[in-house]
Amino acid sequence: MIAVQHIGKSFGKLTVLDDISFEVNNPGIFAVLGPNGSGKTTFLKILLGMVIPETGKMLFDGKDISRSFKYRNKIGYLPQVAQFPDNLTVVEIINMIKNIRQQPAHSEQLISLFGLAKSLDKKLGTLSGGTRQKVNIVLTFMFDNPVIVLDEPTAGLDPVSLIKLKDLIQQEKNAGKIILITSHIMGLVEELADEIIFLLEGQIFFKGTLEDLKSKTGSEDLEHSIATILEP
Amino acid sequence: MIKILKYSFSDLIRSRWSYIYLVFYLILGFSLLFLNNDLSKAIITLMNIIVVLTPMIGTIFGVMYFYNSREFTELLLAQPVRRSRIFLGQYLGISISLALSLTMGLGIPFLIYGIFQSPEIFNFLMLLVSGTFLTFIFVALSINIALFNTNKIKGFGYAILMWLFFAVIYDGLFLISLVVFNDYPLDNLALTASFLNPIDLSRIMILLKLDISALLGYTGALFQKFFGTGTGLLSSIAMLLIWVMIPIFTMVKKSERKDF
Repeated sequence: MIAVQHIGKSFGKLTVLDDISFEVNNPGIFAVLGPNGSGKTTFLKILLGMVIPETGKMLFDGKDISRSFKYRNKIGYLPQVAQFPDNLTVVEIINMIKNIRQQPAHSEQLISLFGLAKSLDKKLGTLSGGTRQKVNIVLTFMFDNPVIVLDEPTAGLDPVSLIKLKDLIQQEKNAGKIILITSHIMGLVEELADEIIFLLEGQIFFKGTLEDLKSKTGSEDLEHSIATILEP
Repeated sequence: MIKILKYSFSDLIRSRWSYIYLVFYLILGFSLLFLNNDLSKAIITLMNIIVVLTPMIGTIFGVMYFYNSREFTELLLAQPVRRSRIFLGQYLGISISLALSLTMGLGIPFLIYGIFQSPEIFNFLMLLVSGTFLTFIFVALSINIALFNTNKIKGFGYAILMWLFFAVIYDGLFLISLVVFNDYPLDNLALTASFLNPIDLSRIMILLKLDISALLGYTGALFQKFFGTGTGLLSSIAMLLIWVMIPIFTMVKKSERKDF
């Protein structure tokens, strides 16, 4: 489904990604981990065509994504920072994305799940960060996309919504989807991820299951394995 | 593109600044007309304000909107839409909402005053046309600056400098060069110089239409001598169109290569 072939990208002198290659074919939850500035977000943005790689190419469904935009019909993306035009209302933004994508959507379910019904007519500029993140989640999950990309999905969420989000992610996984997720909250990763892709200094340091990583580093949990990698 | 235009337009039209801009023109229009009671004088005063103010507001709104909607633009970029459509849609949204504030803000007082019964109607329309052109030109230029500068402060600084250059510095440099090269024939230089500044160009265009030779100035007089009124008008409109197209073209080109 997704094939990454020798992707490289640098911003000025800083090399963010250096000749990365791997493939994701089977459904499941893939956690892209790494310290700050290790190129996680850049990688996800290359997949979405927002950042243009200097070397290598990204294949989606066997087709090169450069200069193409239709493939994004099959990807749901939850960006890191939820920010919308201040003067539009929640309903308007949901309708706008529906209108742009022209796909069947099930927004009502999600709106009631996250208790957004009473905020529907409020302007986005007046919402709190957590509520905005909920709107963001509705926008991402309301379509039936085979691939879902989540960049720090838990930012600003209260514990109740966090549980709901986790259930949602599990449901999508059970529906046979590929979910790419980045997070700094190791508990979440441990709970959800089937496979871990660990980026370090622009390269793939480790790719495999949680158990592999633990046995490789000889630690009991993910937090400590990662600490061992970063500060041996 | 139309969808994105629609939403950024409806976002902007509800913003406080659009209202302030509209109310400003309303007050300006009413006070000029009803205190002065002279249509052509009001139009000349308005021209002097519009050729400076519309570029400034266009510039500031352009950069501000671009930087403020950065995250939202990212969300749009993740949708199955062509990049050029996103930026063209946002550009048209800003420009049209600003041009609408201008047209309504001045149109309402002039309508009430009875512009349709006056022969000045075409001069007034010319004023609105050139204000609209200047809005479209300077919004496009400022979005270009924002696209080329990721740093907000830098981008804002360059945008203001750009406006200052066209509105003030350009004329100063031009006058200095006229004084310094006094001994040489300067007609062609002067003509070219006025073509290269959209603000000068629209000022000349309105004055040609108003047919007030006393206000034309050196370049305006040359313009009239060179082209005559009719061709002068047409060629300045053509040049303003080119001034809109070039920044739109570079905006689309740059947006396709940029990382977000």
